[in-house]
Amino acid sequence: MTPAVRFQKVSRHFGAVRAVDGVDLDVASGEFFAMLGPSGSGKTTCLRLIAGFEQPTAGSIEIFGERAEGVPPYRRNVNTVFQDYALFPHLNILDNVAYGLMVKGISKTDRYKEAEKALELVKLPGYGSRKPSQLSGGQRQRVALARALVNKPKVLLLDEPLGALDLKLREQMQEELKSLQRALGITFVFVTHDQGEALSMADRVAVFNNGGIVQQGTPQEIYRRPKTRFVADFVGSSNLLSPDLMASLGGERRWASLRPEAVRVASEGAEAVVENVSFLGAGTRLAVELGSARLHVMLPAGADVPDVGTPIRLSWNSQDIHYMDDAA
Amino acid sequence: MTVLTVDTPGSSILPRRGGFAGALSDAFWRHPLLLLILMLTPPLLWLGIIYIGSLIALLLQSFFSIDDFSGVVNPEFTLATYAQLLNGTNLDIILRTVSMAALVTLASAVLAFPIAYYAARYAKGRWKAFFYLGVMLPLWSSYLVKVYAWKLILAKEGIVTWVFAKLHLGFVLEAILSLPVIGGNSLSVSYLGTFLVFVYIWLPYMILPTQAALERVPANLIEASADLGASPRQTFRTVLLPLALPGIVAGSIFTFSLTLGDYIIPQIIGSSRLFIGQAVYAQQGTAGNVPLAAAFSVVPIVIMGLYLAAAKRLGAFDAL
Repeated sequence: MTPAVRFQKVSRHFGAVRAVDGVDLDVASGEFFAMLGPSGSGKTTCLRLIAGFEQPTAGSIEIFGERAEGVPPYRRNVNTVFQDYALFPHLNILDNVAYGLMVKGISKTDRYKEAEKALELVKLPGYGSRKPSQLSGGQRQRVALARALVNKPKVLLLDEPLGALDLKLREQMQEELKSLQRALGITFVFVTHDQGEALSMADRVAVFNNGGIVQQGTPQEIYRRPKTRFVADFVGSSNLLSPDLMASLGGERRWASLRPEAVRVASEGAEAVVENVSFLGAGTRLAVELGSARLHVMLPAGADVPDVGTPIRLSWNSQDIHYMDDAA
Repeated sequence: MTVLTVDTPGSSILPRRGGFAGALSDAFWRHPLLLLILMLTPPLLWLGIIYIGSLIALLLQSFFSIDDFSGVVNPEFTLATYAQLLNGTNLDIILRTVSMAALVTLASAVLAFPIAYYAARYAKGRWKAFFYLGVMLPLWSSYLVKVYAWKLILAKEGIVTWVFAKLHLGFVLEAILSLPVIGGNSLSVSYLGTFLVFVYIWLPYMILPTQAALERVPANLIEASADLGASPRQTFRTVLLPLALPGIVAGSIFTFSLTLGDYIIPQIIGSSRLFIGQAVYAQQGTAGNVPLAAAFSVVPIVIMGLYLAAAKRLGAFDAL
């Protein structure tokens, strides 16, 4: 099957700055694809390359098998939900949502009917006559979504769409976006710097750093088997174990990661001292000092919680130790 | 683990600052209205009495009439002076001035938009400073000097005629000058010349507010429009222009009203036919007909009022 989006050795340089450098990428049709990375890692530039706001310095971009270089944004069947929504302040909500249909020359009655349907889809029926300034952040976010979806895009691009929302609303929108994507079957490409968001929503995740993709895979793969120290550090609250520590624990002298929930407090094992205890509701997180390293241990709810300052012993299964490439 | 100690001061309320100044700032802090009244009274008195007061005095004059024999102002309420505005010559003056002001405004808007757009969207750092300098520089030199300079530029012996002649395009200039109404013996004595100088003098007043309005249009609205399938032309018409319109209208208020009231440019450059400003000048000066002069100066006020009402109806201020 033709991929929805295919990058082959795509680079985008701004003078000496290599914002995107030799990226290879396949987004399958109908997939929820997340591009995850810290700011300045090139993920947003990749999104803008798909939208057509940027042109690649080198490499080729295909959207459903068609070459996209040199094609202006208004001739791409791709729509974007912008980070700060970019609603037109001089138009009411209905005209905002109907904008894409209006510029295509669709009659007023037809486009308003479609726009009203799109507003229903995002659970804002009857809001058409209001101005964007009269809506809350969460509502504007939904309008931006409706304005993009009404055009029935082949690919929907979302640029940190939930970044400006508060936690509760963000979690609610994450679920809604996911079920909307499943219902519509449109390919979603989602840019975020929030690893929790990427892991919980996406079918596949690409982790970006320094203009390139460090690792691609399902959320489980990325979380369980981070390829490099950077991925382990950025994606999870995984423990990073240095080569020296690994050697002293009797393992290989290489960087390794160990998930906090894989560590147990036991009657024998490595000696450690409890430094801090955080109650997290679903469990309790201990910060412990093991030699000179600081590790996190996640205790399930109901387990005995040791006091700060007490010496404990830690154990884990050797298959939970995951060795990584040395490169950062 | 290090323990952080914080020195706690002796009291939670700090000692008062001494002296009259300290007591005064405390009093102002407790009574903000007092400060507001103190700050606003002088400028409001100035505006109310000197500015609005003199305008009302002028308006009252326009309802008086002048005795044709003695030349004395008759302070009785009458609309006769306004009726005089509607006779042939005076109506011509009004129509001439209004059409000139409208054309100058239109030309300024068309010239200003690309410059303002470039300055707002692309110019950065040094280029932005250069833009402001370029737009403001003409405002720093004397208005009269500029107008007289233009008289020399546009004169028959001036540089414009010379350039056309050198380019062997003298016939083009001849053809333009032989056009009815806008033509004349030379550019400096034609309506075309008056128009050019008006546009030159008032252009900065159009560029600056347009640029300020465009500066406030977020760049991602342009991208959003393209993303939704709008061609650059559609984006200009449906997003950029409506959002820049308050700025363009603000600029047009300057260019339109300044042209309506100006009496120096048409006197130095142009045909000898009068504009409103010149009529006011002539009526209150040589003719001593202050009521008619007052009635003439009411015309631009009424026209501006109508213009703003129309602009509001067209939604020019919706995006504010």
